[in-house]
Amino acid sequence: MPAPIRLRELIRTIRTARTQAEEREMIQKECAAIRSSFREEDNTYRCRNVAKLLYMHMLGYPAHFGQLECLKLIASQKFTDKRIGYLGAMLLLDERQDVHLLMTNCIKNDLNHSTQYVQGLSLCTLGCMGSSEMCRDLAGEVEKLLKTSNSYLRKKAALCAVHVIRKVPELMEMFLPATKNLLSEKNHGVLHTSVVLLTEMCERSPDMLSHFRKLVPQLVRILKNLIMSGYSPEHDVSGISDPFLQVRILRLLRILGKGDDDSSEAMNDILAQVATNTETSKNVGNAILYETVLTIMDIKSESGLRVLAINILGRFLLNNDKNIRYVALTSLLKTVQTDHNAVQRHRSTIVDCLKDLDVSIKRRAMELSFALVNGNNIRGMMKELLYFLDSCDPDFKADCASGIFLAAEKYAPSKRWHIDTVMRVLTTAGSYVRDDSVPNLIQLITNSVEMHAYTVQRLYKALLDDISQQPLVQVASWCIGEYGDLLVSGQLHCIILHT
Amino acid sequence: MIKAILIFNNHGKPRLSKFYEHYTEDTEQQIIRETFHLVSKRDENVCNFLEGGLLIGGSENKLIYRHYATLYFVFCVDSSESELGILDLIQVFVETLDKCFENVCELDLIFHMDKVHNILAEMVMGGMVLETNMSEIITQAEAHNKMEKSEAGIAGAPARAVSAVKNMNLPEMPKNINIGDISIKVPNLPSFK
Repeated sequence: MPAPIRLRELIRTIRTARTQAEEREMIQKECAAIRSSFREEDNTYRCRNVAKLLYMHMLGYPAHFGQLECLKLIASQKFTDKRIGYLGAMLLLDERQDVHLLMTNCIKNDLNHSTQYVQGLSLCTLGCMGSSEMCRDLAGEVEKLLKTSNSYLRKKAALCAVHVIRKVPELMEMFLPATKNLLSEKNHGVLHTSVVLLTEMCERSPDMLSHFRKLVPQLVRILKNLIMSGYSPEHDVSGISDPFLQVRILRLLRILGKGDDDSSEAMNDILAQVATNTETSKNVGNAILYETVLTIMDIKSESGLRVLAINILGRFLLNNDKNIRYVALTSLLKTVQTDHNAVQRHRSTIVDCLKDLDVSIKRRAMELSFALVNGNNIRGMMKELLYFLDSCDPDFKADCASGIFLAAEKYAPSKRWHIDTVMRVLTTAGSYVRDDSVPNLIQLITNSVEMHAYTVQRLYKALLDDISQQPLVQVASWCIGEYGDLLVSGQLHCIILHT
Repeated sequence: MIKAILIFNNHGKPRLSKFYEHYTEDTEQQIIRETFHLVSKRDENVCNFLEGGLLIGGSENKLIYRHYATLYFVFCVDSSESELGILDLIQVFVETLDKCFENVCELDLIFHMDKVHNILAEMVMGGMVLETNMSEIITQAEAHNKMEKSEAGIAGAPARAVSAVKNMNLPEMPKNINIGDISIKVPNLPSFK
């Protein structure tokens, strides 16, 4: 039987296909060849065949018959075979129990292999797709590797430990001793993944959280070194020293400082320093500032710091970069409950964002606007929101209409204003109003006795203009049924006046 | 946590798809199609963040993407990841590919899908960021490649010969070597018995 074709050849052949059907035919032919090659237990070309299978899988063709072959590759002695085998395991294997069982032994051997790259491969695969049984069996090996001095393996072991904890939370205790001196590492890769591991442990268990609070001074020190250290070519990204690590540490500080006075106090200074000293001309600087702001808002920071944070967000809102504006709106939404007054100061900028062309920004601005409505600004805000309702995409109209009804109910300055607003919504976005609003509106109209005549006349006029919007027709028909006498009893001059 | 990393071209053809949560083969393809549909609708000057499609978890998950020439790089993440941080990560990934493939283009990704997976595995593991230092990632990826080459044995000999010749510093070879007519007399060798 001729040697199976190389992956490159296959790709070249498939690219010459001009129709989907032609491509499917080529793939089926190759699949048949691969299947017979697998049946012949061909060791030399197994690697090549599985690589081709992975390519076909990516294009969307079924490849499950290659699962066992991946296992055979993993068990091979050659690095080339193992590499493709592990990749195949990560891409192809499903949750079948028997396949996972077979893999466990191979992974165990490879975790103790003499070559660090093989150990790395097995850690990676375990950390990506290890089932809970596999994790249970192999947690001990991972814990051992977490204590090694080889930084390449240590960082992978840390992330693998996170996966193990996610699958089998009871095993978290087991990794506690190994975390003791993780933060004294010099290697940034290990530091980064260690912070991820500590974050995961703190998020899962309040006991761990209080245990790790004592690490706050150390974290503050590491962060300080990063900021003050001057130019370091290996970790530099656009002039800032390892921004990814800075962001991770800030996030961990956020979790540790939440609800705890002492920790929050210990990190106050460094947060103020980061907030004032970070360069904002590039995206990396803004990413750090963003994380700092979120941390300041979540912990028990002093009020001066909080005002600083909200002002940073306000500056973000005026930034030309749309991503920054989006992120600012998201953060303001999170803080509007706790720091309502500070956010109010930026109301006009937020309302301007309603007119932005970007759909994601418009949605955020709309949610934030509704959160900012109060008794004082209801008239002004409602004008903007009604204008927005007029011009926005159909996806938004339902949410916007419901939001307007809620706001109007809470803060309406007068009954007449309330009815007018309701009318405006029904006429501009009548067909998008949610069904459950209709009974509420009818209730509202019933309760405003003095407005019955006015209401029914306006509704009738609206029907004359446009009878296609169902909720409007429902409310109008009910009103005309109830108050029809008011409509026809010689009040015609009111209609003329209102036209 | 990063739920999925997808690379596809302007027509939606997948160039790399890595999922860090388990989905069936069918669902994976549907997710790729849905993501392409959502991302290709976007204008060039809007922000790079989108709510995730229904299949990948709806509004709790976000799609963070970057569009380079003919390729979309999309990271689907949940709320525990910083959006701006992931944008930077995509940048680091693309720059790393650029260094590893020397001015990377779509063809490189098409023909070296396994290499791209290997580079990605040095950056993101189990849905979490493993390493962000570009030179570290490149060093490790190259070490892996060296190990593979050293194992390639006889089958790898032609490839090794080609790369050896490429790396050789040949002195300037004269174009026309005229040896002239040489008549070589071949002696009659006795036959061996």
